[in-house]
Amino acid sequence: MNEWNYETVVEIFPAMWDGFLVVLQVTLVAGLIAVIVGLLVAIGERIGPRWLRLALSGFFQFVRNTPLLVQLLFVWTATSLYINPEWSAFAVGSAVLGIHYASYTSESYRAGIEAIPKGQWEAATALSLPTHRVWGAVILPQMMRRSTAAVANWIIAMFKEVPTLFAIGVLEMISQAQKFQGQNYTGAVEGYTIAGILFLAASYPVAVAARRLENRLAKSNF
Amino acid sequence: MPSPTSNEPIIRFDRVNKSFGDLDVLKGLSFDIDPGERVTLIGPSGSGKTTILRLLMTLERVTPVKHPEENGGVIWVEGKPFSHMEKGGKLVVANERYLRQARQKIGMVFQQFNLFPNMKVMRNVTEAPVHTLGRSKDEAAAKAEELLDLVGLSDKVDNYPSQLSGGQQQRVAIARALAMDPDILLLDEVTSALDPELVADVLGVLRDIANSTNITMLIVTHEMGFARDVSDRVMMFDQGVVVEEGAPEAMFSEPQEARTQDFLRAVLAE
Repeated sequence: MNEWNYETVVEIFPAMWDGFLVVLQVTLVAGLIAVIVGLLVAIGERIGPRWLRLALSGFFQFVRNTPLLVQLLFVWTATSLYINPEWSAFAVGSAVLGIHYASYTSESYRAGIEAIPKGQWEAATALSLPTHRVWGAVILPQMMRRSTAAVANWIIAMFKEVPTLFAIGVLEMISQAQKFQGQNYTGAVEGYTIAGILFLAASYPVAVAARRLENRLAKSNF
Repeated sequence: MPSPTSNEPIIRFDRVNKSFGDLDVLKGLSFDIDPGERVTLIGPSGSGKTTILRLLMTLERVTPVKHPEENGGVIWVEGKPFSHMEKGGKLVVANERYLRQARQKIGMVFQQFNLFPNMKVMRNVTEAPVHTLGRSKDEAAAKAEELLDLVGLSDKVDNYPSQLSGGQQQRVAIARALAMDPDILLLDEVTSALDPELVADVLGVLRDIANSTNITMLIVTHEMGFARDVSDRVMMFDQGVVVEEGAPEAMFSEPQEARTQDFLRAVLAE
């Protein structure tokens, strides 16, 4: 029993495709959170008041050093018990995943900021540039060039961790395969295989594009 | 309060201290610079001359002393406290907002140029006039063209700094500083990072500016010929104090102090 079955592949594929679309949606939402929150954290850690810097660095140390799965289960349980049981697993899961990866992207941004020579800050001071121009026109463009490839790699890594959200019931691909298996007593192997192929098909081109971007930025005039 | 009055110097250091940790770089340093004066600061490395420029550009802060009204430790620019600000009749260490206003009269050219690599030459020169002084883009661009022409780079407006030689980059940096219409220009070893054959162009541009404007200049340089040509006064520093000062001819031909003689001998032997 349970031999590889092409009919099962055809039967399960629509459910897996739905799961794949959920993975892409989670990636989009959590990716935006990781990209934006990570940047704000890196800036806050640089120019924020002391209490904010300490709070940010303490919180994100904690996030980096505990498993994503534990964070997901904790936040999902805590929010549904104490805050609002109506919040969807999709929303909570995307937020936790995004914040988790913001702890990594913020480090890549921070490294990009620290790599900018001190003279750039001094020139900006000597010209009395207002703070929003120092960041917007001088520091961030130079940081982006150094950090973009690293941040893109974190987002690809995050994409591959979306299946963890099955633990809180998000209907991504693992959940879909298990659901199908539960109803039909077959199809898990086919489902996981499709999941693997879809992940590869989606992440490989993105990884290649990220590498191209890295090369192009390295060769640009600034 | 020893407040400077009329006929006042444009820059006054009044018993200024600056320490980095345990290292006292400036120890109660006092001197005055007159408006339009060109002063070259010379001395061995670590003598405090670059620190003086960095204090004036607010890249460093003076080490505060108690009761600055009596004890000094204050930098004055154009008759107003610069390192400090007045608050309730007393002098307190200036905050960032005060410094942002105060430093606008001062421009600086750095040893390492420090152009913004992500901006083309034109935007390097117009960025601050537009966003700091609030000039219109057209006005800033017209002025930038004029200044880039003055430094001989009007054909490079659309280049990125990485496409220019060191000497060209430094000339853009000079134009960028002048675009802010500074009353005071600080030149910190502006030719030290350049290949020897590029030094003359940069010094030529600075000579032109010295001859055609009345901007007050503070110059830190090892180019003694240039110092002799453009400066009204040379100040010799060692260990954070003025060892000797005078007109360049006198300083370079008949230095009185042994430390000045030793220093000049070493520099001119290079």
